[in-house]
Amino acid sequence: MAEIQAPVPGTFYHRPAPDQDPYKAAGDAVAAGETIGLVEVMKTFIEVKAEAAGTFKGYVADNESPVTAGAVLAEIDA
Amino acid sequence: MTLEIVSPGLSTTIQDLGRPGYFHLGIPEGGAMDRLSLRAANLLVGNPEDAACLEAVFMGPEIRFGADMVVAVAGATMPMTLDGAAVDGWTSFEVKKGQTLKFGFLTEGARLYIAVAGGIDTPPDLGSRATYPIGALGGIEGRAVAAGDVLPVGQGTGKAGRTVAPELRRMPGRPAELRVLPGLYWHRITEAAQESFFADEWTVAAEADRMGYRFKGGRPLEFVEREQPFGAGADPSNIVDGCYSYGSIQVPGGTEPIVLHRDAVSGGGYFTLGAVISADMDLIGQLQPNTPVRFVRVDMEEALAARRDQVAMLDKIRGALA
Repeated sequence: MAEIQAPVPGTFYHRPAPDQDPYKAAGDAVAAGETIGLVEVMKTFIEVKAEAAGTFKGYVADNESPVTAGAVLAEIDA
Repeated sequence: MTLEIVSPGLSTTIQDLGRPGYFHLGIPEGGAMDRLSLRAANLLVGNPEDAACLEAVFMGPEIRFGADMVVAVAGATMPMTLDGAAVDGWTSFEVKKGQTLKFGFLTEGARLYIAVAGGIDTPPDLGSRATYPIGALGGIEGRAVAAGDVLPVGQGTGKAGRTVAPELRRMPGRPAELRVLPGLYWHRITEAAQESFFADEWTVAAEADRMGYRFKGGRPLEFVEREQPFGAGADPSNIVDGCYSYGSIQVPGGTEPIVLHRDAVSGGGYFTLGAVISADMDLIGQLQPNTPVRFVRVDMEEALAARRDQVAMLDKIRGALA
């Protein structure tokens, strides 16, 4: 299992926009380098990417929750 | 001598102690958000205190060195490695030509100051190398550094193994306490608002950058009723345009205080209830989003005493590294 961590502190979003679906749902395939969420900080949205390919297990951090750098955001079964 | 930016992090800019003297023309002083950490980083590598460093926020850059040199990183706490071997913050170390410095996840604070002996030697604008992107001044063509940038480094005399003692590394507490001197427009908010501003716990909002830090979560501030002055906007938080100082706190609509920081505008049409004292401005530069913050009321005497304490701390660092 691989953990995806927040690159920067900020607010974590599961969705690319409020009216769209989350990037991933449990069971979805994830490619290496694929975006699974966004962290907003300093008026900037930073894409959170999976380092390795696998099957999406689920989000660990809630949508729109505050996160610190290094916090686990989601898990992937490699 | 040079160093190369392999990856820039989130926003890494060249900063020094800024370009005072142009604020009346709308050009901010700029420079390091945490001036004490920049000075300490420079002293660690034997530089003049105002030499240019890299300021990296929330995320470290990856740097490859084009020559042997002496480096020190002060400010935020972030694990770092030189060609895979851990190196300590707040301590000078030698790097060899071709070695790469990388950073892990931020653990405390917000901004790193990466100093190299000899200083970053990009051309100054208006007497400073500090990057001011909105005005396209300083740095490299007025912008943050980017992958592939090769930065010139001056000739240094620094030595490895110098360190700043932990008690001289000033970081905000939790909650962070920011001391505030009420100002010219303090009378515009009600007594209840004057009390709640200092009583409430605020948190750093996502909209926090070199221009200003926004805070949320406290009760809205109520304004004293007035007749709208000629030339002022209709909102009770509007004034006839006035000057802003560094550290001044505007509260548009009475909801979310914004503390103006190094790259702030010099004036505008919002009232400012007071200012964060100069001694605590560096602490703001080390605040992460969502950090709890209390504003603490001080008077002018206390503000000046705090400034003297800050200078005394700097003198201790100077003495230890002399």
